[in-house]
Amino acid sequence: MADQSYPVGQGVEVTVERSPARGTWLEVVHDWITTVDHKKLGIMYIAYALVFLLVAGFEAMLIRIQLIKPHNDFLSPYTFNRMFTMHGTTMVFLVGMPILFGFGNYLVPLMIGARDMAFPRLNAFSFWISSFAGLLLYYSFIGGVGLSGTGSAPDIAWFAYAPLTEKAFSPGHTTDYWAIAILANGIGSIGTAINIIATVFCMRCKGMTLSRIPLLPWLYATMSFLVLVAVSPLTACQAMLLLDRYLGAHFFDTQAGGSAILWAHFFWIFGHPEVYVLVLPAFAFANEIIPVFSRKAIFGYPAMVAASVGIGFISLGVWAHHMFTIGMTSFGNAFFTLSTMLVSIPTGIKTFNWLATIWGGKIRFETPMLFSIAFLFQWVIAGLTGIMLSVSAWNWQLHNSYFVVAHFHYVLVGAIVFMIFAAIYYWYPKITGRMLDETLGNWHFWLMVIGFHVTFDVMHFPGLLGMPRQIYTYEPDRGWNTLNFIVSIGGFIQAIAILIFVYNMVHSYFRGDDAGPDPWDAWTLEWATASPPPVYNFAIEPEVASRRPLWDRKHPEDPDSAFE
Amino acid sequence: MCRAIAPALVIAGCASAARASLPASIFAPHSTPAREEHQLAIFVLWIALLIFLGVGSLLTYSILKFRARPNDDTEPPQVFGSLQIELSWTIIPILIIAVLFLGTARVLFSVQDAKKPANALDVVVIGHQFWWEYRYPQYNVVAANELHIPVSPASAPHPTFMKLTSADVMHSFWVPQLGGKTDLLPNRVNEMWIDPQSPGVYVGQCAQFCGPQHAKMLLRVSVDTPEEFNAWIKNQQRTQAELAQAQVALASVPNPGNQSKGSVPPNSPPTHGAVAVVPTEAPDNAINAHNGQIVFEQQACINCHAVAGTMANGRYGPDLTHLMSRATLGSGAAQNTPGNLLAWIADPNTFKPGCLMPAMHLNDRQNAQITAYLLTLK
Ligand code: HEM
Ligand SMILES: [Cu+2]
Repeated sequence: MADQSYPVGQGVEVTVERSPARGTWLEVVHDWITTVDHKKLGIMYIAYALVFLLVAGFEAMLIRIQLIKPHNDFLSPYTFNRMFTMHGTTMVFLVGMPILFGFGNYLVPLMIGARDMAFPRLNAFSFWISSFAGLLLYYSFIGGVGLSGTGSAPDIAWFAYAPLTEKAFSPGHTTDYWAIAILANGIGSIGTAINIIATVFCMRCKGMTLSRIPLLPWLYATMSFLVLVAVSPLTACQAMLLLDRYLGAHFFDTQAGGSAILWAHFFWIFGHPEVYVLVLPAFAFANEIIPVFSRKAIFGYPAMVAASVGIGFISLGVWAHHMFTIGMTSFGNAFFTLSTMLVSIPTGIKTFNWLATIWGGKIRFETPMLFSIAFLFQWVIAGLTGIMLSVSAWNWQLHNSYFVVAHFHYVLVGAIVFMIFAAIYYWYPKITGRMLDETLGNWHFWLMVIGFHVTFDVMHFPGLLGMPRQIYTYEPDRGWNTLNFIVSIGGFIQAIAILIFVYNMVHSYFRGDDAGPDPWDAWTLEWATASPPPVYNFAIEPEVASRRPLWDRKHPEDPDSAFE
Repeated sequence: MCRAIAPALVIAGCASAARASLPASIFAPHSTPAREEHQLAIFVLWIALLIFLGVGSLLTYSILKFRARPNDDTEPPQVFGSLQIELSWTIIPILIIAVLFLGTARVLFSVQDAKKPANALDVVVIGHQFWWEYRYPQYNVVAANELHIPVSPASAPHPTFMKLTSADVMHSFWVPQLGGKTDLLPNRVNEMWIDPQSPGVYVGQCAQFCGPQHAKMLLRVSVDTPEEFNAWIKNQQRTQAELAQAQVALASVPNPGNQSKGSVPPNSPPTHGAVAVVPTEAPDNAINAHNGQIVFEQQACINCHAVAGTMANGRYGPDLTHLMSRATLGSGAAQNTPGNLLAWIADPNTFKPGCLMPAMHLNDRQNAQITAYLLTLK
């Protein structure tokens, strides 16, 4: 619970010491473990996710070393299959969701002028159960083959199609660890989603009407609704899988008449919206960063909100575009083709609105903006390859090929990870009180862009040349050798970029320039507090009269509030 | 950053060059479904390229044009939106989507709902961890791993219609030059058709992760001239009869294996049949096909494998009746040479770690005998 002794109603801004007196390390640990402060929980989510980013990145590197040449025997087939399963599962559930929830936790209350989330204790519970999920998933390396087994990990691909996950084909416990980890993670996600929705709709400060909520909280609320609708079936089907495995139920057990397609539907009813769960926060970051560094208000705010909500809705009706080859009727295929293509309308609106925001602005190319611009390009390409994949009759060729792997990494890395980097450069000063180093930031950015394109541009081509995904080796006579070599090199360049970034984070924490409350000359409420903000965020509850309260304060001659 | 799409078109343009050197390119179609998918692909690629060039150049232009000048601290004019502009970039995408969707639907329905002509060849494809089983119900033939079908020239079309199902987990049949992939699911039958217009061997592989050896579940489709195909089918049938007689002469034991292949369901349990009737020791230790067959029939080999006309009628592993007519072992894991065959029998896991055939732990002489026998299965 929030500290009851903060000064209320003094009418002054309180500045706090950057390093308040710290207790012994035990007290510090105790403090973090028991905290219910949204900012500390946010930081813990982000830190937790960054650790797993390194782990899953390492797994990706192992995959790429194995595929660097045909008939390589660097990894055994078993290890390879475990690596891509763990890489995919980790990246989606232990990196993507937690880091985005982390930013949501940190920023949403600050941006709407609240002192904490609606349910601080639920918030802490969500974090701890999610991190338990991560622990459990990785414990499978030790406990997979039995409690004192020789070590193993799930090898069922991140979508875990039935009936490969049934006892008959996945004996041992790795699949159980996987299912329970996803289940626990799902509980945490749903808790956070409820919390974010309640916070955005009930905790706004005075004057913040629905049409004045900054875009980031808006998008987080949309994303949270998606989590509620999408993660519930995922959690349900994990329970069904465990029933199959332990109590002899036959949901997905085809040997006893169960259905493999049922799992596919359950999984993708989650799996597709999940992409939007991950990408909406990335959009949200872009919505905050691009205007500030272009020095213009976001273009078409109502359209941006409507488009985001529209994306959320449409994304619930497109899941079977992952199943064009599974044997649906031609009518079913046509339906899901059309619904998938429809997503590109709101997405297009968003992209053009970003463009219009830049248009006529005065762009400053600091690191957050560099990443955001790369995001714009990469997002356009990801969207276009997405449209190609929605063309069901062509999808029969592309599905489960490296073209798909390239496409979804354009979304996951090119859009989401790039925007996460942008967000870290942008909000690091707020969170730590120190700036990240710009020179290192530039190195990070350029190596990342180059590495990204070398890896994932090129990865489309083995797909077009018939290379399926999830194969641990390939024949030398298919024309894939050089392409795979280049892709692997690109992976290493990205790895170097990320190491520079990690170094920058650690180094700047101790040596970085002091940030001050508002280093980017920005307009939303989080920049009105000290950096880092005090426990209670705002000494007096702020009151706003427009979407950009700090603009109004900085430009009394031309306030936004005059237009509303 | 436009590298993503332009080379796709380059590749598309060089499709003919790609044919020889890139055996699995989707830009070198050889069958009607693959060709229609390919044409659609080119159409979609063009649209995507145009959109990319449009948006990409707008973006590039605005980044270059609207950079902040140094020492200019004034804020640009604040623009909040414009209904007309936003309507225009809502309506234009709707039109583009209409075009894309109609183009897709045309190919979708024409490929997926094509009528089966009377002369079509029927093939039942059954996916197994990690190999392929093919049945030809019209000819009462069972084959494995290498699919033979007749060519289907435009002048005398002879398409192949496949029913696909799986004996265990999900798999997916994908030979890019002949058509898009279709999944194989247990308890369910999917359909697809191909009509390759030129003879040759087309490669592909399983495209749905199916376990440790998913990577080595390769596909070879041999598209034969009508004469070759008839000869192949004849051979498949003739040898069955021949082997049946040879078997009678060889061991003169009751022969439960000599039954119609077409009627065995995919999951039928291995038959243990008349193992006990066969003498437990080979009569002499010479390394020859005859002794090889005896060893083969004494061991668990026959629980999983079938050799038409003998007591071996297992259905768990590939049918070996015409093993030597195949170019590869283990669904593409190795070339089918006597040396590889011997090594495979000694321990299949050296070629395909995780494959479901166990090492039989026989002595060298027995392995050699079995190899000698298998070499006669032409
Ligand atoms: C340096 C960055 C990365 C590299 C080099 C990389 C590489 C790869 C490769 C080669 C595969 C294919 C494995 C296969 O199908 O055989 C893969 C799969 C996958 N990756 Fe990444 N990846 C990276 C980052 C990410 C990120 C940031 C995410 C998500 C936030 C992600 C999510 C996935 C997923 C979901 C799969 C599918 C796993 C499966 O098939 O079960 N990857 N990655
Ligand atoms: Cu398979």
